[in-house]
Amino acid sequence: MTDTTASTASDASIGVLTESISPRRMALKRYMNNRAAVVSAVVLLVIVLFVALAPFTTRYGINESIYDAEEAPNQFLTPFGKAWFGTDGNGRDLYSRIIFGARVSLLIGLFTGLISVAIGTVVGAFAGLKGGRLDDLIMRMTDIALALPFLVVLVIARGVLENVSWATSVIGESTSVRFTVILLAVFGWMGVARLVRGQVKQLKEREFVEAARALGATTPRIMFRHLLPNAVGQIMVALTLAVVGAITAEATLSFFGWGPDAGSGMTSLGLLIRDSKKAVPPGYWWLVVFPGVFFVILSLCINFIGDGLRDAVDPKMQQEVK
Amino acid sequence: MSAALSVRDLRVSFKTLLGTVQAVRGINFDVEPGEVLGVVGESGSGKSVSFLGIMGLLGRSAVIEGSAKVGDVELVGASPRTMRKVRGSEMAMIFQDPLSALNPVHRVGAQVAEMLLAHQHDMTKAQARARAIELLDIVGIPQPDQRARQYAHEFSGGMRQRVMIAMAIANNPKVLIADEPTTALDVTVQAQILEVIDRIRKEMGTAVVLITHDLGVVARMADRVQVMYAGRVVERGDVHSIFQQPDHPYTRGLLHSLPGLGRERLTPIPGAPPNMLQPPSGCAFRARCAHATEACAGELPELVSVRRTETACVRATELEVIS
Amino acid sequence: MSDPVLEVTNLTKNFTVKSAKGLRVIRRTVQAVSDVSLTIGAGQTVGLVGESGSGKTTVGRCVLRLIEPTSGSVKFQGEELVGMKAEQLRGLRRQMQIVFQDPYASLDPKMTVGASIAEPLDIQKVPGNHSDRVAELLELVGLAPDHARRFPHEFSGGQRQRVGVARALALNPSFIVLDEPVSALDVSIQAGVVNLLQDLQSQLGLSYLFIAHDLSVVRHISDMVAVMYLGKIMEVGPAEDLYLRAAHPYTQALLSAVPEPDPVLERERHRIMLQGDVPSPINPPSGCRFRTRCPIAQERCAQEEPALVDRGQGHPVACHFPQSVPVAVHAR
Repeated sequence: MTDTTASTASDASIGVLTESISPRRMALKRYMNNRAAVVSAVVLLVIVLFVALAPFTTRYGINESIYDAEEAPNQFLTPFGKAWFGTDGNGRDLYSRIIFGARVSLLIGLFTGLISVAIGTVVGAFAGLKGGRLDDLIMRMTDIALALPFLVVLVIARGVLENVSWATSVIGESTSVRFTVILLAVFGWMGVARLVRGQVKQLKEREFVEAARALGATTPRIMFRHLLPNAVGQIMVALTLAVVGAITAEATLSFFGWGPDAGSGMTSLGLLIRDSKKAVPPGYWWLVVFPGVFFVILSLCINFIGDGLRDAVDPKMQQEVK
Repeated sequence: MSAALSVRDLRVSFKTLLGTVQAVRGINFDVEPGEVLGVVGESGSGKSVSFLGIMGLLGRSAVIEGSAKVGDVELVGASPRTMRKVRGSEMAMIFQDPLSALNPVHRVGAQVAEMLLAHQHDMTKAQARARAIELLDIVGIPQPDQRARQYAHEFSGGMRQRVMIAMAIANNPKVLIADEPTTALDVTVQAQILEVIDRIRKEMGTAVVLITHDLGVVARMADRVQVMYAGRVVERGDVHSIFQQPDHPYTRGLLHSLPGLGRERLTPIPGAPPNMLQPPSGCAFRARCAHATEACAGELPELVSVRRTETACVRATELEVIS
Repeated sequence: MSDPVLEVTNLTKNFTVKSAKGLRVIRRTVQAVSDVSLTIGAGQTVGLVGESGSGKTTVGRCVLRLIEPTSGSVKFQGEELVGMKAEQLRGLRRQMQIVFQDPYASLDPKMTVGASIAEPLDIQKVPGNHSDRVAELLELVGLAPDHARRFPHEFSGGQRQRVGVARALALNPSFIVLDEPVSALDVSIQAGVVNLLQDLQSQLGLSYLFIAHDLSVVRHISDMVAVMYLGKIMEVGPAEDLYLRAAHPYTQALLSAVPEPDPVLERERHRIMLQGDVPSPINPPSGCRFRTRCPIAQERCAQEEPALVDRGQGHPVACHFPQSVPVAVHAR
């Protein structure tokens, strides 16, 4: 009897690929195949490097006026001259200010994204796995939250918290970055929860989850060892969406003057765009175009990276044609 | 008598992340009008891919070479316009999962009528609708005028498959390709569907290619059988010869691995089909063949008449003695 | 005979399906399994066959309490499983395991094959180094031990199914539910896995509940076979008895519908063709559930449900008019 099993051993193993390819390497291969994702990753990396290495990468200070009365009629210098992207009304170099502004926006985006995803994943996974009344309850809450106009809610919440004395000591001043991050995260996790819940619900029906239950696995084990690792793709997308959402929300808030604003020592992409409002009628186009284009590029890159990651980790497998 | 479908040196390969998969590596065959050609094979044999390739259904990552003619029309490399004309009128295909082939938001009768109107330009809508009901009747759907107004989800699996068949034969195609049409169906329903296919080909003289892994279905339905392995045809012959005197070791192995009457141990074919990213040289079956010799690693064996069937095995005549 | 490993009595499982009609919610009951009883002895294989809607898969799940039975009793090694506390049940799970149908879906794609096989050992907190046991199990199912660090996508269907079997064996169970274990595999590979299952059974003294729709495989591996239709057992008996002396019209139709790999036989045999489709388990026919498609149905069949008893055939049949006409099937 042992003989036959031994011979089946060599036979049954025929056909396994000689080189082991882990899912991670497969994912990397797939990502590299996606041109948009690779280009976006490179561009984002360059942007992050520039931002992180400021002040080495900036040419002038954030508040430094480089206007020289002899060179030009007014402080608004045109681009491609002394100032690569031109200057604003105070003669400040736009290129450098964009880098400083991007730093603030990226930080807000990153932290908000991470916190939203952390909260949203736990809530969404829990709701998806448990199902039933609890799931209904959580989902109705998120539905309500999502149904309210985001901006209005933010503004009202901001206004309310501003005036609550103990809140500001914990969350920070309403014009601080910390405040903005917390505000956006508190109202931003719902979308993530929804995505994760959907994915968990789908995965829950897969046979390997049933197999784990048949082995006696407890719910936390199923959640952390089986469901979440397989939901990573969707969570990546949720993260990138949250980051882009946060950056956009910050820009919108700042545009109306409700965003972070610690005075002339700091700026954000949103603030730059806001400041450019006044520059439109006289025709100082560079103040609108450069921050705007930069903003769009940043958002697109993060989005493409998110899509690329998702497709790399959870590819839409075609049915094996036999 | 010219063949309904004529395939010469067909090759299909796919570009994937891990390399090029050579799914079909040069196959030749004809299908005559009114006959059922059973194409048998397991995973990786290329049995489905070859016909999906001929029909132009494989997508951009597939490279198709060789020749496949329906009547006089060459399909390999044909323009999208030619393919659209041919698909559904000269040649039609039905698949394993009828639910995904039927549009859930249109009524079933309308979908059949759509097939008619797409290819028969002098038919009015009223005529198409009437003919659609007739077709549903031909495939054995009870109360066809009522059921034509229903949606796909209101039909059971077997009924949906009948609808697919109705759509496929709507324009009286020369060739009907059935890719595992009954694999997803219950055994009693499978019997019904096979009976429908059989009846239709007798009445309409259609050439039928029946792709399956089920040897019982082949025994029942096929006139001739073609056995595929690793992208090549390894044996071909009329159905009785293939089952009674198979010459290729793979065909024999396949037949011997089926559960029989007794309870003695089954005889599997050891090993597994080869990796089509790097197909082995010579005969792809040699890694699993008890009779393999050095000669088998040489050139790709071609089909040669041995006893009652054509076999692609260099040792077939020697092995004749061992049945 | 020693005590049975599994004793199922009057097992019933109903599912509630909610659907909306306008503003009202309609609750319908799907009678997936109705009053099913069977027994499995030590080292025995009981085959459960049926088509879609027969309830055979649900029986398999209920027996392991992966789905909660609505009523009835499931006794495993003498202990009643229905109503058992979760803690106690978890312990018993070491003894009873399941192998699933789909080799592509039953293994977690993100875990190595070795980790999947070791998972039951982790869950049940078996002390010690698991890699030895994993290597042992891989060899037992005919795979190479150093494949433990590979991922499921690197293996073929048949190999993955062997991994599934290895996982089911990790805790040394005495009873395994096999839910269509070879249906998704190529024919030539099926034979290898079936041999493996039989070898393991004699080596380890396992009992199997073999659920399948492929009648020839079931006949090959089973000692007893039960035929299910719409949640009820229509006929049950020793495998050979059922195939050669099937008495229930449904069993006969089923056997007659299976195409045999013999072209001469296929063209000559008399085939019983059933009309129509399997009715919905939401509204099963009154009396005998098979009567709507039965070629010999009479008035009595609509009024009185036939009991599953031996009416002289040598095995229990649930039919008022069991036939003794043999089905012309096998000539191989």
